[in-house]
Amino acid sequence: MKVQLSHPERQVDVKGPKRVRELLRDLNLIPEAHLVIRGDDLVTEDEMLKDDDVVEVRPVISGGSGSSGSFGLFRLFG
Amino acid sequence: MRCKKCHEKAVIGLPRHNAAFCKPCFNEFVHDQVARAIKSERMFDPKDRILVAVSGGKDSLALWDILLKLGYRADALYVDLGIAGYSEKSCEKVERFADTVGKAHNASLLIHTVQEEEGAGIRELADLLHRPTCSACGTIKRYQFNRAAVEHDYDVMATGHNLDDEAARLLGNVLHWQDEYLDKQSPSLPASVEGFAKKVKPLYRLAEREIAAYAVLNRIDYIVEECPMAKGSKMLLYKEVLNRLETESPGTKQAFYWGFLEKQAKTQPAPASMAEKDQATLHPCATCGQPTTAEICSYCKMMARAKASTPH
Ligand SMILES: [Zn+2]
Ligand SMILES: [Zn+2]
Repeated sequence: MKVQLSHPERQVDVKGPKRVRELLRDLNLIPEAHLVIRGDDLVTEDEMLKDDDVVEVRPVISGGSGSSGSFGLFRLFG
Repeated sequence: MRCKKCHEKAVIGLPRHNAAFCKPCFNEFVHDQVARAIKSERMFDPKDRILVAVSGGKDSLALWDILLKLGYRADALYVDLGIAGYSEKSCEKVERFADTVGKAHNASLLIHTVQEEEGAGIRELADLLHRPTCSACGTIKRYQFNRAAVEHDYDVMATGHNLDDEAARLLGNVLHWQDEYLDKQSPSLPASVEGFAKKVKPLYRLAEREIAAYAVLNRIDYIVEECPMAKGSKMLLYKEVLNRLETESPGTKQAFYWGFLEKQAKTQPAPASMAEKDQATLHPCATCGQPTTAEICSYCKMMARAKASTPH
């Protein structure tokens, strides 16, 4: 199957069939920090992916801008 | 996996709640969590005007979406920091959302451009100030959002901080024993003095993964790439560590942050005395009039230093 990854953006080929949970484990990615998307849908960890599937593994932490950039968004202005 | 509520095929599993949901039931779960946060922390009422700080990322756009769907009066502010290759893209996402979902709910979008107001982008400013970019960016956003909320008479300012943001920030503060920041980590901070907007974080009950899932499922087009300035930031490391713990033992993040909030509610002085403390230490900035503990606020100081070091 074709797997689209980010940070940096790249595509890898992985032999199917394979469960989502195993795919993440093989790629050494933390389930709590990733979503697996097939077409327009999310797939759960127990789902079996087929060899001809195209999936995106999307990191959920976009980092920086807006949320995690600074320690004290609510700190008083010094 | 089957939905815990209706037994349809699930689209997401939530180990920390020992649950899985289909799309409609997951949306309901997300809306419920936000409604619960708003109510339990007394964030705002249906008659209040809310200003949402949007960045083009999933959290702030999901927050705007949820507040509008829950029937609140929420407008949004985008601060364009002039980060090459990133700000244009993120602004585009915000505008597209405003034109579709925003418009459908009669909500409007305000845009402030740092370049126009101060004559420099964030990287130039940070270079001039020799300050890590994320901290300069934080100061500018904090200032711009508060000022806009106060000047445009919004009752409250809402940011998209989620459970992961708050747990990571708490971990950082605890690791360095920065206890002076701990009392500002509440999801609802009152407008303690004239010139300070009330600030709330309605997503503090939702994990980052849940908000990303909400954005994907509801076709909210957001900027996925990391901010180029944030690479290697400590916060990203703390989040990763917490997510490793969460994967091994679901519920760790909420136990850490919510547990802290509970403890704090028991030991902390009442909001009234917190407000008194603010009133005793804050006064208007000599340059811009915004509240500050110093004579000139950190935003004005930063801009003055940037201008002084700009070659004429
Ligand atoms: Zn369901
Ligand atoms: Zn000032």
